[in-house]
Amino acid sequence: MSIKTKLFAATALSLFSVSALTAETITIATVNNGDMIRMQGYTDDFTAKTGHKVEWVTLEENVLRQRVTTDISTKGGAFDIMTIGMYETPIWGANGWLVGLNDLSAEYDAADILPAMAGGLSHDGTLFAAPFYGESSMIMYRADLMEAAGLEMPDAPSWSFIAKAARKMTDRENDVNGICLRGKAGWGEGGAFITAMSNSFGARWFDEEWNAQFDTREWSDTLNFFVNMMDDAGPAGYATNGFNENLSLFQQGKCGMWIDATVAASFVTNPADSTVADKVSFALAPDTGLGKRSNWLWAWALAIPAGTQKEAAAKEFIEWATSKEYIDLVASKEGWANVPPGARTSLYNNPEYQKVPFAQMTLNSILSANPQSSTVEPSPYVGVQFAAIPEFAGIATEVSQEFSAAYAGQQTVEEALAKAQAITNEAMEAAGYR
Amino acid sequence: MATHHSRSAARLMMAPAVVLLLGWMLVPLTMTLYFSFKKYLPLRGGDLGWVGFDNYVRFVSSSAFWPSVLTTLTIVGGVLVITVVFGVLLAILLNQPMWGQGFVRILVIAPFFVMPTVSALVWKNMFMDPNYGLLAHLWEFFGAQPVEWLSQASLQSIVMIVSWQWLPFATLILLTAIQSLDSEQLEAAEMDGAPALMRFAFITLPHLGRAIAVVLLIQTIFLLSIFAEIFVTTGGAFGTKTLTYLIFQRVLESQNVGLGSAGGVYAIILANIVAIFLMRIVGKNLDK
Amino acid sequence: MARAVSQRRKILFTVAAWSVGVLIFFPILWTILTSFKTEAQAIADPPIFLGFDWTLENYSAVLERSNYGRFLWNSIIIAGGSTLLGILVAVPAAWSMAFVPSKRTKDILLWMLSTKMLPAVGVLYPIYLLCIHLGVLDSKIALVFILMLINLPIIVWMLYTYFKEIPSEILEAARMDGATLKEELLYVLTPMAIPGIASTILLNVILAWNEAFWTLNLTAAKAAPLTAFIASYSSPEGLFYAKLSAASTMAIAPILILGWFSQKQLVSGLTFGAVK
Repeated sequence: MSIKTKLFAATALSLFSVSALTAETITIATVNNGDMIRMQGYTDDFTAKTGHKVEWVTLEENVLRQRVTTDISTKGGAFDIMTIGMYETPIWGANGWLVGLNDLSAEYDAADILPAMAGGLSHDGTLFAAPFYGESSMIMYRADLMEAAGLEMPDAPSWSFIAKAARKMTDRENDVNGICLRGKAGWGEGGAFITAMSNSFGARWFDEEWNAQFDTREWSDTLNFFVNMMDDAGPAGYATNGFNENLSLFQQGKCGMWIDATVAASFVTNPADSTVADKVSFALAPDTGLGKRSNWLWAWALAIPAGTQKEAAAKEFIEWATSKEYIDLVASKEGWANVPPGARTSLYNNPEYQKVPFAQMTLNSILSANPQSSTVEPSPYVGVQFAAIPEFAGIATEVSQEFSAAYAGQQTVEEALAKAQAITNEAMEAAGYR
Repeated sequence: MATHHSRSAARLMMAPAVVLLLGWMLVPLTMTLYFSFKKYLPLRGGDLGWVGFDNYVRFVSSSAFWPSVLTTLTIVGGVLVITVVFGVLLAILLNQPMWGQGFVRILVIAPFFVMPTVSALVWKNMFMDPNYGLLAHLWEFFGAQPVEWLSQASLQSIVMIVSWQWLPFATLILLTAIQSLDSEQLEAAEMDGAPALMRFAFITLPHLGRAIAVVLLIQTIFLLSIFAEIFVTTGGAFGTKTLTYLIFQRVLESQNVGLGSAGGVYAIILANIVAIFLMRIVGKNLDK
Repeated sequence: MARAVSQRRKILFTVAAWSVGVLIFFPILWTILTSFKTEAQAIADPPIFLGFDWTLENYSAVLERSNYGRFLWNSIIIAGGSTLLGILVAVPAAWSMAFVPSKRTKDILLWMLSTKMLPAVGVLYPIYLLCIHLGVLDSKIALVFILMLINLPIIVWMLYTYFKEIPSEILEAARMDGATLKEELLYVLTPMAIPGIASTILLNVILAWNEAFWTLNLTAAKAAPLTAFIASYSSPEGLFYAKLSAASTMAIAPILILGWFSQKQLVSGLTFGAVK
């Protein structure tokens, strides 16, 4: 280990003779998720190894996005490292706003990054952000309630099975909802879920000429199926439920099934927070037999804005935070279930990690999502639960607001789809696509 | 009365404030105007040339525009009505003889010290959440179905949160005004056998006119630009998109600075219409 | 007889006022109570009011995670600095408006107030670019200036209404006695206006403390005040009510305490010329 560090330091020294010698203070913008908070706690380890100090700017997801986007598009230089996702990375990389990461050291072993993750965080073959943790989505369900309902969950279920099971597991008297899903407005919340779900129903956001597709039968099927199932078997007020709301519902034993981010598996199986920790099983996200499943692909990744004065130190930090050694460090202190998942192949080859109950299903889910080809019919965009174009976040937030209004019963599914169609085409026209 | 000397001195003393505010107004205003005639998309390379009035046309012709104006006016109007009505009642109550008046006053003004972000977070999570919120428990206690506040009664919920924050401000100003009311006049009216309601309508309320005018004016200025309360609670969903929020969506979520700037110009126009309207009603009261 | 009636009335009013006061204060009280619960107790059904295991674990978790001291210090400097700077600029302006009024005084006042109506988010990009060019991004000095400008209209307005209530005969008398303009301002006007200035300062410290758009968008690590501190505790993954409550309590406590200790000044001064 220490020899490696020295070796690395030597290489860095020859490349950046001045900056590597001086201890820098780098500023990192990050999201307030558990894995990042944990990383902040280990900052001392990084400082001890490299001498560099770290200033953390930890923000809630929406505020973070707004903050880093403003800074990078104005070349503000307020941050040396930004935590961004799979949506921003290819767009920013294409704009030349990020420092390419193809020259990371050999010890770092960039080839070990899961290909699906590396692919989603690259543009034209250059890796622009290193995944800190990656996720797909999958079904988390209560094995005890499934058994009580007299059903058996297949490893790769269909939506019709899920709907049937959800209705059977629902027990309003005892405050048990058959299924909990995201309905909250926002492209990263309910918008992400319904888009991933629509893929499995054969729907897509745009045809190959960038025309909105919300007037198609596939979208109408998706939304109607979702609303009918949630009305019958979902929790009250699901139109405002996002990841967090569903997580606490599930942890309190109020959900039979929950389809959401694979990282949630470590929360729902943690006996400290979850009342149902020992009763949870996992399955792949459902499909309708059209060849695409309804799971997404996402990574929170670390990227360096082009033009930072502290590029060398920033790269050292990224190599530390997304390394195999960091995973080992967390595993040794807090156990394997708490390491950042979904980023490296070697983690899933580790026999210790394979003992973690949700490890295999997480990997299978990640492997079954393909951002390059996420829809049944061909589409012009990259991304599973989003389209990696600059306009998408704005459009999808407005569209998901219309959907949420339909979930809340304030308008019909048809009205919501008609508005979504108009909003999308309007915005795409404004941006010059059509 | 004022000498020539003091007149020029007065101008000189006013200069820093006027110049600073002029700068603060003109620099952003000019830049907003400049951007509003540009196709400016930060994520697509920034400045993509002049586009005339395209942004202006596009902003008003968007299906979200008129609803957002209506929402803005509803929220501002709703909060003004609630804070003034309850402010008057509360001010009258606090002006009565009682034990621990100072302490009650402390309790009542406390919400004014709370950051808008914090109050929105607290209301959203700990009170209005349909599963864990205190209001949901209260409804359940009385055997009622918990209300899904932020989706089924979204606008009312936001009006309620904002009113909670601004009620102390209104109450304080109105209370000071009531305390200056000549109590002999009231006592005389009471002696003459005028019922409480009449005394309120013919003596107290007219006396409060000026204070109410001030409350309306100052609050409107702040309420037109409320943002955190919507950003935190509904994110603009369920018909809670105000004009300010729509501009936020255009500038930051859609990353279309030109379009957002055009929206900014409309917002300034709306603010000035409201301001002129307000001056008409309020100005008369202030000049007295 | 009359005494008994008034005694009964007093009891009635006391009960009514206390109930309303407690009701209005309740959300804050509940936040403070929740900050002493564990995360599981914070969402317990039915809710627990006092009979929970009081714990300080949320506070220690928050203190361990965030550099609270720095956020607090930045808030104090930004709120205090912008208010003092605003007072320095506003006192002369308000003085001249109040004592040497011209036909345009009222227009200038209203114009000043109208500058507050510019929607901040519309000018985020221009101001951000400006800060980059001036090299003041993530600096307290930029925020001191911007918040001063935002609140200046309110400061001028408040001071103007206080100054107008000072009888100009007193100033004239001072002038007769040969006081210069400077002496008049410093030794005659200011002492009389101190209550007004005090409540102006208080109100503006509160407004600046709670400003959450510019303070969040123009800062990173160095100048971030408590508004940014809160943004790191809202809606993370997992249970968060108790920690959010602790962070919220820490963010509002300083200003709440200041407000409570100075509420007499604030209450007596907060008139905006509403009382004649």
